[in-house]
Amino acid sequence: MADAPSDSSEAPGTTPLVALSGVNKWFGDLHVLQDINLDIARGEVVVVIGPSGSGKSTLCRAINRLEPINEGEIKLDGTLLPQEGKALAQLRAEVGMVFQAFNLFAHKTVLDNVTLGPIKVRGRNASEAREEAKKLLDRVGVGEQANKYPAQLSGGQQQRVAIARALAMHPKVMLFDEPTSSLDPEMIKEVLDVMVELANDGMTMVVVTHEMGFARTAANRVLFVADGKIVEEATPEEFFTNPTSDRAKDFLGKILQH
Amino acid sequence: MQVLIDNFGQILDGFAKTLWLLLFSGTIAAVLGTILVAMRVSPVAILRFAGTSYINVFRNTPLLLILLIIAFAAPDLGFTYEINNYFNFFFMAATVGLGLYAAAFVCEALRSGINSIPLGQAEAARSIGMTFAQSMRSVILPQAARAVIPPLASTYIALAKNTSVALAIGVTEASFIMKKLNAENAVARWQIFFGFAFGYMVIVAFIASAGALAERSGAKTR
Repeated sequence: MADAPSDSSEAPGTTPLVALSGVNKWFGDLHVLQDINLDIARGEVVVVIGPSGSGKSTLCRAINRLEPINEGEIKLDGTLLPQEGKALAQLRAEVGMVFQAFNLFAHKTVLDNVTLGPIKVRGRNASEAREEAKKLLDRVGVGEQANKYPAQLSGGQQQRVAIARALAMHPKVMLFDEPTSSLDPEMIKEVLDVMVELANDGMTMVVVTHEMGFARTAANRVLFVADGKIVEEATPEEFFTNPTSDRAKDFLGKILQH
Repeated sequence: MQVLIDNFGQILDGFAKTLWLLLFSGTIAAVLGTILVAMRVSPVAILRFAGTSYINVFRNTPLLLILLIIAFAAPDLGFTYEINNYFNFFFMAATVGLGLYAAAFVCEALRSGINSIPLGQAEAARSIGMTFAQSMRSVILPQAARAVIPPLASTYIALAKNTSVALAIGVTEASFIMKKLNAENAVARWQIFFGFAFGYMVIVAFIASAGALAERSGAKTR
């Protein structure tokens, strides 16, 4: 688990938890995802970085089909993502998602945000769901805020609630789509701390981020995405100390200057 | 003034029928409008197309034409349903016509509310495994409800006044009575006009205050 290079993670007999093969997607003329092949093993933390407009968010959102793809296939734990309807909803329940804009349900309290999925989707008993939600909120450090509405919370608190909401579904994998990009610097840390803890607990994670520090400490693998392609794939050490592609060198040169 | 007092019973009867028209057609519009908006925002393309087509037909046709078509075409097709002498065939035709027409506007009022909710709310609902119907019911519609009240109140106010078009197919609602009184009392026309206008204003005032009340009671959420 300490380091899981991309090829050794596919031990014989174990299917990857997330498998993308030959994935292509176009937005009109723009070829946003180009022949993406990607296997993510159970317990692996994959950080996706790249310039804006490179397709990294689209890649992340394609994994739970918030963005439908035009070609190729995406499998979750060996099951092909269904096209529509109930089957797709059921599969999405297995995939936690954390958004850049938090997207907490504005008309529900923090506690109700976390219990809504377990009660409505999983059919859990309400008091049980509340008990578990309280534990999750404590775990991400916002237990005190349980009865407030999202608008009364800081961005960092909202994002931690969003993480708790996703965890309440007991997902097999968690997707983070730029989870700290709309946060103040001091709040970034509190969210990243929760994410590092999750990674240490063995959660499978796909994280689109600009936080290089997080990539270094928590990632097993870094994917560098540019112009809709996975340009480079390496362990964090390799990637940050010795990037091979010019595109990655250029990118790292720009962001590490400041 | 004397005309209005002398014929007060008739006038009340007229407005009673206006209110019945409003109640029946308003109910049809609410139910059908909700079904239509579900179609228009659904993930199924054919339903969206059907919903949009409905709106295009009924919103783009003059109400008078819709009522005339129903009143004259329905009997030819064998529909001559009536409940009794009071709710006779023409009353039913007017009710259905007004309901079909207003449903298009109710649908669009509801859709404006749904569109006012950020897309992220629906994405978050889907990401925790909710189906389209669940995310509508638990996440989108409760939040849209507040935004929907002002345009919905306007739609129902328009419907209340549009019931007057039913006079064209002989439904004895308020405007029909007004026309009748005008024919019988040519010297007191402006009094009759203002009297009936006041009657409609009272009905509209009730709808408007119901809307304001609903808006205030929902103010605490969020």
